[in-house]
Amino acid sequence: MIVKISYDKLPDLLRQLSDKLAVYLPVDKENGTSVYEKYEEGKTLSTKLNTLRSAKDFFFPQVQPMAKFRMEGQKITVEDPREEAEDFVIFGVRACDVRSFDVLDKVFLAEPVDTFYENKRKHSIIMSLACGRPSETCFCESFGINPAEPAGDVRMWIIEKNLYLQDVTEKGKDLLSKLDLSALAASTDESANASAVDKEKSRVQSVYDKLPLHDLKPTDNRDRELEVFKSDLWKELSDKCLGCGSCTFVCPTCQCFDIEDFNAGTETHRFRCWDSCMYKDFTMMAAGQPRKTQLERFRQRFMHKLVYYPKDHEGMYSCVGCGRCLRRCPIHMNIVKVMKAFQEEEQ
Amino acid sequence: MQELIDRACQLLEDKTVDRVLGWSAGEFVYDITPCVFTDVDDIKKNFVFNDFCGQNLSKYLVAETEKEGKIAVFLKPCDTYSFNQLLTEHRINRDKVYAVGIPCDGKVSGERLHEGGLEGITGIEREGDNFKVHTVYGDEEIPMADALDERCKNCKSKKHVVYDELLGEDGEVLDSHRFDQVEELEKLTPEERFKFWQGEFSRCIRCNACRNACPACTCTTCVFDNPESGVKNKAAANSFEEQLFHIIRAYHVAGRCTDCGECSRVCPEHIPLHLLNRKFIKDIDSLYGEFQAGEVEGQMSPVNAFTTDKDAEPNIVREGGKV
Amino acid sequence: MNKEELIPRVCVVKAIRQETSDVKTFMVVDQDGKKPFEHIPGQCAMLSIPGLGESMISITSSPTLEDHLEFSIKKVGVVTSFLHAIEPGQEILLRGPYGNGFPVDTKFKGKDLLFIAGGIGVAPLHSVINYCRAHRSDYGKLTVIYGSRTKEDLVDLQEMQEEWMKDDMDVYLTIDREEEGWDGHVGFVPNYVTELNLPPTMTAIICGPPIMIHFTLGNLKSLGFQDNQVFTTLEMRMKCGIGKCGRCNVGDKYVCKDGPVFSFDELSELPDEY
Repeated sequence: MIVKISYDKLPDLLRQLSDKLAVYLPVDKENGTSVYEKYEEGKTLSTKLNTLRSAKDFFFPQVQPMAKFRMEGQKITVEDPREEAEDFVIFGVRACDVRSFDVLDKVFLAEPVDTFYENKRKHSIIMSLACGRPSETCFCESFGINPAEPAGDVRMWIIEKNLYLQDVTEKGKDLLSKLDLSALAASTDESANASAVDKEKSRVQSVYDKLPLHDLKPTDNRDRELEVFKSDLWKELSDKCLGCGSCTFVCPTCQCFDIEDFNAGTETHRFRCWDSCMYKDFTMMAAGQPRKTQLERFRQRFMHKLVYYPKDHEGMYSCVGCGRCLRRCPIHMNIVKVMKAFQEEEQ
Repeated sequence: MQELIDRACQLLEDKTVDRVLGWSAGEFVYDITPCVFTDVDDIKKNFVFNDFCGQNLSKYLVAETEKEGKIAVFLKPCDTYSFNQLLTEHRINRDKVYAVGIPCDGKVSGERLHEGGLEGITGIEREGDNFKVHTVYGDEEIPMADALDERCKNCKSKKHVVYDELLGEDGEVLDSHRFDQVEELEKLTPEERFKFWQGEFSRCIRCNACRNACPACTCTTCVFDNPESGVKNKAAANSFEEQLFHIIRAYHVAGRCTDCGECSRVCPEHIPLHLLNRKFIKDIDSLYGEFQAGEVEGQMSPVNAFTTDKDAEPNIVREGGKV
Repeated sequence: MNKEELIPRVCVVKAIRQETSDVKTFMVVDQDGKKPFEHIPGQCAMLSIPGLGESMISITSSPTLEDHLEFSIKKVGVVTSFLHAIEPGQEILLRGPYGNGFPVDTKFKGKDLLFIAGGIGVAPLHSVINYCRAHRSDYGKLTVIYGSRTKEDLVDLQEMQEEWMKDDMDVYLTIDREEEGWDGHVGFVPNYVTELNLPPTMTAIICGPPIMIHFTLGNLKSLGFQDNQVFTTLEMRMKCGIGKCGRCNVGDKYVCKDGPVFSFDELSELPDEY
């Protein structure tokens, strides 16, 4: 079912949703960026292409408390800080970020399940938002993602002065069925709504086709793992990498973490936090360091996204083409340049 | 632009240097990557110098001058301060560098254009003081001044403090407004100021881009990465730690920070890190007299050059270190 | 014990045995005094002490040992130094077991097994050797080559001499340099392997420092062993133990989940980063 409401009614829709559940949506900030915040009266949906940080934060936050320990003499007590999460809505997730949840699910929900992630993930309801203005850093279609038809539980389009909503999953159907559509003056004219949406999809496609990365296609190198690994290209590509973790941390699919203890005086807080294969201490151990220079560390990140992960997951890439790393890398070295370099080498 | 490319080629061809450190073109106009060239044809094909070459190349010379042979580097006025400071700290082998000073009228980054709402950029042309930005959604004209990085809006100097050769005319040290925002922060109450920084630091994702891009941060192993240091951490376990990282870093670079602005340029979370450093610079200026790190090679900062027999009030000096 | 949990469980060190000057064996039970979990030989567990961090340690005892788990631990880092200073009754945190373990019920079954250990590398082999002894009829000949720096550094010497050698096992011990009171073999493990000239029909399991593994593998190959006949356990920086945190990732494998036991033909398909 596709429902149309006037875009002016968006505040009413958000109010209705937030009466029932916590709703998070991208909002514009003074510094020209957009970030997810919990909906409160007066907040409105960002007009930016995408959020500064990805939506992975909802399930895999930068810092995740895991346990508290107390030690007295020979005795130890453990406190599990987890509580069952409540259902919540992430409103306005772009197609690329919705796909990133699939990529993360394959890691965190694979046996043995990561219960910290699962707890949040299963309580989330994704209301995705089609892209109307894709940008030059976008390459989601390279990974088979349609920017104008995101996955999610409910998908939405903003077309001219209207907002269209379509239920995609049972969860989404259930959510929409709880809305008071008449109060939103919704139109349920299925064929008119469907044709408006179709027109929008082809409009977005024609825009996408003009973007510089529209014809970028990943190369399936699953059978050439060692060959790609040993390529001389890595030296050149990694040469000026600063070894910071900005690409990793803005990436919606990077999922490496560390587990650390924080000494809080009378007790110890164990938490996990984002970690980066770009960091030199990532694989450091008493016996030595298998990745000695930035070349090996840089290579690991891209081999993982473009070769190892696909090999483990039936050809699915661990990149969704959101373009965040293209924008944020201090030296503008990124996955697109890596993909293109290997394609050129092959030709 | 062409002048730079020609000169880079000549320096390789006449064997003045073995390598050239410059910038190579990317996918778009603005996504430029620092690059070491060893081949004339490669320079002709990929070397680029435009309004987006913001990266300060001086820090790369620490690693580059550990290698065999001599390297040419192109330095914008503010980069020369970092270069000089690194020479003062003996981090760069001067004999292995051929420094070419290049003029700069401010640099822009793609981020500034995106923040201004421009998306789908397919080309950018400079027309006088304006940029004509071509996008798939139509062309837009924006004043260059609006798109400049903060550090360039408050440019401190167009003068090259060190070079072997200068392309174009040298400029002057400018009377910038770079401390205005620091003064604004000083006017706040401690509580307000705390709230301001708390808000800024709460966004930090500890990606270390600021540290790794900073020409003053050249420790082989940072205290925050070193398990032996006792302060090693990767993320802020609580708000206290959140402030610790940036404040300690600011202390570590105090007196050595030239205010090149790379920290704020590279921060993916747009934290105005330069304001911390500028506060230190401003305080050093007012406590010890004006001092610009990197202005003169070999000149120690007042913070580092402080001695108890010359610089301190005699009555506050106590003998320490003895049991 | 719940395998998917990243939260450790409180267990108790009920007894401690000094093996050598820097190796102790810890006998661990849960808070009810029972064995904390069942495992496969070659698997590891994550031991931790609040505030000091976690360490991935291989389980030394055989699954056939019913009342507790044993960990033979060398004093090397913060966590292990703490453990070396504790008294019985001390509680510790434990989670696991992790990893694939040795293919005792598949590739090892019916085979003549050659265990080659260097230094503390004997710990994971101890588990599989005692498992094979307990299921003696499932395996052919059992041979052990074990070397250490000095006689004092040989872990489980008493058990080897009193139990293993009395079984129908061949146990070859060697130390790096001559010393008083040692009338056994002197020399490095890889050379001893060559000297013994064992038939390449055996399945070999090597465990020890990387350099020892490297040379031993080379010498085995000279004797005619194939890559798929030789197994080892990798030591990587493992953190989560469940194939998610990413640090032990090599190629499409996670050492903590897909390993730590690999045959050398499996390793030859992976990038050389372990």
